[in-house]
Amino acid sequence: MFNLGGYGPHILAGAVTTVELSLLSLIVSFGLGLIGASAKLSKNRAARGVATAYTTLIRGVPDLVLMLLIFYSLQIWINDFTDWLNTLQSSIDFEVQLDPFTSGVITLGFIYGAYFTETFRGAFLAVPKGQMEAARAFGMKPFLVFRRILFPQMMRYALPGLGNNWQVILKATALVSIIGLSDVVFAAQQAGEATLNTFFYLCIAGAVYLVLTMISNGVLLYLERKYMIGVRKAVL
Amino acid sequence: MIYILQNYWQALLYSDGYQMTGLAMTLWLLVISCAIGFCLALPLAIARNSKNPLIWGPVWLYGFIFRGTPLYVQLLLIYTGVYGLHFVHNTPPLADFFRSAINCTLLSFALNTGAYTTEIFYGAIRDTSFGEVEAGRAYGMSRFTLYRRIIIPSALRRALPMYSNEVILMLHATTLAFTATVPDILKVTNDAYVATYAPFDAFGLAALMYLCVSFSLIFMFKKAEQHFLAHLKS
Repeated sequence: MFNLGGYGPHILAGAVTTVELSLLSLIVSFGLGLIGASAKLSKNRAARGVATAYTTLIRGVPDLVLMLLIFYSLQIWINDFTDWLNTLQSSIDFEVQLDPFTSGVITLGFIYGAYFTETFRGAFLAVPKGQMEAARAFGMKPFLVFRRILFPQMMRYALPGLGNNWQVILKATALVSIIGLSDVVFAAQQAGEATLNTFFYLCIAGAVYLVLTMISNGVLLYLERKYMIGVRKAVL
Repeated sequence: MIYILQNYWQALLYSDGYQMTGLAMTLWLLVISCAIGFCLALPLAIARNSKNPLIWGPVWLYGFIFRGTPLYVQLLLIYTGVYGLHFVHNTPPLADFFRSAINCTLLSFALNTGAYTTEIFYGAIRDTSFGEVEAGRAYGMSRFTLYRRIIIPSALRRALPMYSNEVILMLHATTLAFTATVPDILKVTNDAYVATYAPFDAFGLAALMYLCVSFSLIFMFKKAEQHFLAHLKS
């Protein structure tokens, strides 16, 4: 049944690209989410405004539209910028070429950063105020408060939302094949066109996603247990 | 920007002269797929709550497969994969159905949103408070009446906030139709981009239009929540 007709390594390489892309986008959006949530909760009005505009605009526009918008515009902006640099310093010819992988990571990270911002904002608000006050009373610096008190407790509240976001990112990477990255969907399409058996190869691609979903469910369950240590559940 | 607006405003809004395109097409895709998904989800959600594993098992599997794989893969599978199968190719009614891009798109969207909606309704039905069902039984209602009068109205109301999220996500998902050559907003703006090579103007316009539709939907659902969930307001 699993006769992949010699396209096994090709599809496997695509699957690896999918996983790499999702993990890197997760890191970018995780960082952006933390920054965005701090901006949304800060006392600075400008930071709050920028963060609110970011989350509202990004979450109101379909990700495929944003992906095409950013993917095609980013290169033009970078070209304009390097042209401008070259006019300043004409002795060196400065040039940056974005490959689909990098722009895929930047785009997905930027889009899902908005969703992470909202998740983290809710989670930060859920941490009891007394915890922060106690930490400050111990003389901890703001960063230490964040690292030792806020972050570990916040993660417990954020995990269900993070898990959802991760599953959405994993599935959104399929869109990147539209902008020409050879992920698992792209590989399956190529194999299907070459062997005239698209149905079979697309089912294989779907199965790859199902396996990845199951693995991430397991990891999430483990993380949830880890961050639940020391929390007593109400017995109903 | 002005050039795109002058040349494409009609195609962006309702028609390019031959067929329905742009905003009208996007809304049509959204409404039809959500309607079919809703009709599919309601009985499936009731079946998912059954105690018999032979009944809830298949529904769970349907949800697992359609929520575990990307919509893009499902669309490709139905649009390019199914038509390539021999028995579909050789059965005229099936071949006619799967040859049309819009049919395949609607089918995959409806199946996808149906899976998510089933899960939403399943949770809402499961969380119906015990007292409501007990009171219904005390009135001597049959199972069917109990579902029709008590469980489903109450569950649908409680599912409304989650369901509005799903509809917004479905609006975002309709952009995938452009990969199957269905002329929705994104397809028209993509044509404009190809003609002008001004990606920011073309796709920015699409982003603005989707933003407007998103905000109108959010506003409508807020009004609906105020109406249907008025009893829950403190």
